[in-house]
Amino acid sequence: MDLFLQLTLAGLAIGSVYACVALAVVMIYQATDHFNFAQGEMAMFSTFVAWALYQVTGSIWLSFLIAVALSFIAGIIIERVIVKPVENAPIFNQIIVFIGLLMIFNNLAGWFWEHTTKTLPSLFPKHGIDSTLISTHNLGVILFTLLILGVTFCFFKFTKVGLAMRAAAANPDSARLVGVSVGWMLALGWGLASAIGAVGGVLVAPIVFLEPNMMSGVLLYGFAGALLGGVNSPGGAVAGGLMVGVLENWARQYVPGGSELGLTFALILIVGVLMFKPAGLFGRVIIKRV
Amino acid sequence: MNRPNPITRKLAVSFAMLVFVGIALMFVASEYTAYQVTTALAYGIAILGLNILTGYNGQFSIGHSAFFAAGAYVSAILITFAGWHPYATLPIAAAVTFSMGFLFGFPALRLEGLYLALATFALAVATPQILKVDALEHWTGGVQGLFFDKPDPIFAGLSVDHSLYLVTWLVFVVLMVGAWMLLHSRSGRAIMAIRDNPIAASTMGINLALYKTTTFGISAMLAGVGGAFFALANSFVSPDTFNFFIAVYLLVGSVVGGIVSIPGALLGGLFYVFGQEYAEEFSNLSEMIPPPWVTFGVLLILMMYFAPFGIWGAIERGWARLKR
Amino acid sequence: MSIKRFLLATGIAALTFNPALADTTGITDTSIKIGNTNPYSGPASAYSAIGKTITAYMKMLNRQGGINGRTIEFISLDDGYSPPRTVQQARKLVEQEKVAFLFQTLGTPTNSAIHKYMNQKKTPHLFVATGASKWGQPKKFPWTMGFQPTYDVEGEIYAKFVLENVKDPKIAILFQNDDYGKDYRDGFLRGLGDKKDLVISMLPYEVTDPTVDSQILAMKDSGANVFFNITIPKFAAQAIRKSCEIGWKPLHLLNNVSSSVGSVLKPAGLDCSKEIITAQYQRDPTDPQWKDTAGYKEWSAFMDAELPDADRSDINYAYGYNASKLLHHTLQNCKDMTRKGIMGCAANIQGLQLPMVLPGITVNTSATDFYPIQAEQLSKFDGQKWVLFGNIIDASK
Repeated sequence: MDLFLQLTLAGLAIGSVYACVALAVVMIYQATDHFNFAQGEMAMFSTFVAWALYQVTGSIWLSFLIAVALSFIAGIIIERVIVKPVENAPIFNQIIVFIGLLMIFNNLAGWFWEHTTKTLPSLFPKHGIDSTLISTHNLGVILFTLLILGVTFCFFKFTKVGLAMRAAAANPDSARLVGVSVGWMLALGWGLASAIGAVGGVLVAPIVFLEPNMMSGVLLYGFAGALLGGVNSPGGAVAGGLMVGVLENWARQYVPGGSELGLTFALILIVGVLMFKPAGLFGRVIIKRV
Repeated sequence: MNRPNPITRKLAVSFAMLVFVGIALMFVASEYTAYQVTTALAYGIAILGLNILTGYNGQFSIGHSAFFAAGAYVSAILITFAGWHPYATLPIAAAVTFSMGFLFGFPALRLEGLYLALATFALAVATPQILKVDALEHWTGGVQGLFFDKPDPIFAGLSVDHSLYLVTWLVFVVLMVGAWMLLHSRSGRAIMAIRDNPIAASTMGINLALYKTTTFGISAMLAGVGGAFFALANSFVSPDTFNFFIAVYLLVGSVVGGIVSIPGALLGGLFYVFGQEYAEEFSNLSEMIPPPWVTFGVLLILMMYFAPFGIWGAIERGWARLKR
Repeated sequence: MSIKRFLLATGIAALTFNPALADTTGITDTSIKIGNTNPYSGPASAYSAIGKTITAYMKMLNRQGGINGRTIEFISLDDGYSPPRTVQQARKLVEQEKVAFLFQTLGTPTNSAIHKYMNQKKTPHLFVATGASKWGQPKKFPWTMGFQPTYDVEGEIYAKFVLENVKDPKIAILFQNDDYGKDYRDGFLRGLGDKKDLVISMLPYEVTDPTVDSQILAMKDSGANVFFNITIPKFAAQAIRKSCEIGWKPLHLLNNVSSSVGSVLKPAGLDCSKEIITAQYQRDPTDPQWKDTAGYKEWSAFMDAELPDADRSDINYAYGYNASKLLHHTLQNCKDMTRKGIMGCAANIQGLQLPMVLPGITVNTSATDFYPIQAEQLSKFDGQKWVLFGNIIDASK
């Protein structure tokens, strides 16, 4: 029973990181209708920025906040400068641009900061709780993710900007008519996603250690989580991310052959779910007019 | 006298030209270049499959590395354990991957767009893990993979690399012509109608399920044949070779070459191999230039700005402008 | 002139004029061209420090006038740790760049992919940067030579240690699911002999996995009291930290690949790393006991001059330096500068002490022994540094 609990909690902890990435993915998807393949690498890059700042300032919280703010600005700039020219291009062209960004960020990080594994301290105190079931950091990650979800939810639900962003994504033409600057809303979406990604990166770094390929595995799971939960539901993305984390741990332990094929089983399960719930567990089916 | 119709003539001319260029290239290419072009062609064959599936049929796949791997392994296993002649394994590789693709096409029917992408993506991610499974180790060689010899030259006086290059080139040209004929037939129009408007297509009496699964099968088969040639060119297969990134590279090659085109597959394969090579040489010019993959990434983004329909799209548009 | 002498003379003439026997590709009186592949990108890019060190060393040599008046043209290409890419780069180096030989190509799957090719091309494939056991087969592959102690021998050392020192051992093994991981694992199992059933839990992980947390949890639950940790640095650090967090304190055997204090134990937490045992053959750069040795000072001066910004706690910089030194020694003492000659010189080294290798462990090769470094010594981490104990264990004896 102890093992089951530990596996579940460890799954939830790493799952909340997937959830953060999934949330960032969903943000951009909602704003632009596209999956950003470079999301993970952007988050990794932000984490390196936080690490570099930490070397200078010595305060992890300060570095974290500055890095998140910088990522927000960088996200906006990337949208305005790099993504905008392909805004109306076919979907594949946008995907290729994202893949290009992925390559650039991944290799620039290695070039700037070398490839050796680095340690980023946890945002949370070391000896908060004394339990072998879950570490303070892991608990902190779970709570922090839920907090971000809450903030995101309120932002979209209760603020004017949030409303404008939803309008711009749902119906750009009408939004334009009522005076919403659709272009800037897109950019804002990128900024927010990039900031949430940075949070995810800083949260995951103490668990998986910081190096240029830190996020490649995490991103795969984040995507799976986003799709499982439903690409148009931020709450679903978080739930999906958490479920992927837990499912994989269970599959490894309890399914025969799972130790070798844990990921495979988890993916089969997700695809299976999607066959019956094509919009994800919590997503809305979008009815298209033909 | 019977006049051949202009489209058939155009096809015959292109076919002859391609064969001629291929043979001519052989005389100037070094063994290393021949090997590089063979690799590019292997990717190109797989990209052709992706173009048919995605560009012409509208089904999205980021999992073609799985079929690429399957083709490579079928070839490798038959060569290693059954002692088959390498070229004799190609039809089997094609048949096996066609069946795999055809079967995978069924669950794919229920999924669209992103979800289909995820399903194929799951396939790509799972492939190396499955190839490593202990139970299959006897056949797959486990984590080490399988090593074998390259096929002997098809006629004396030819180097191993040139010979393989020539065979790959000819097979590629035949497959391109085949793809062209398929897409310009009745079935081809059905395939494209499904992409453009599935509901209208089915009201016109097109069997959506049959066409989509068959297209998936053909596409997987081409990926498998490409994979088999890839294995022959490198004379080994190993599980970590066929990771998710191969699927991404195939997609990159497809879009950069021109996803809704047949010659684009050739260009995409060449771009992938030589683009990387030149990016590397460029980056090695000075220590101030970032590493090759950064250069390659920038190159990709620029391509999307300046050649949004791929290299073949740019050629076609340039040609149309000249003719005007 | 007797017939015998005449025959001998013409024979010698034929020998010297036969280009196949005096292949000097890439070698002139004033230069020598050397090729290398390294993962400067991709999942194993942490090892690129080795490529950087060798490049820096060669630059330094050239400033000092090269080796025996020959400047070195060192071409190091990125293979991203992808085997087909290694094939392509190796072919480029051998066929286009026409290098004299390849040196320190890195990785087990990557080198496997070019193993046969290099031998078909009769081009030396020297001191490869991997510990698989297949690099030392002079009969079958006369052009390929290893460098570091092999993984399987190291695995055997741990197995013997467990059998001799642990009462009632119950063993858990975590291994990377590739050639490297399986080499270690199989060596360990061989060392256990007929007591293989002592292993009660054996779990793999993939390099693409984000963490190994679930494996550690399952191993603790299995009730194992010995943990053989076959992981690369990032995952080693994760495994050490996780087992510490959940309060699992087995006898922890850590593979040498991840014994770096700077890039593994420090990130994992020095407290958590106490009592870990590993087998070593190199001097860990962070270990104060080497600070005053001549070898360390030499390496440190090199780092100051050539790679001042590098993170010195990373043992790969020491590894690259050792390898460069070995090559330098080989070429400097080589009279017959042909491909075949260089191979012969590499296979004729006795008692060479490399600066950052443990004192007493030397390089020895011969026409039948293609394993340059074969000895290791067990050591235990005391919370600050590795403390060597026991004798040097030499696998060649």
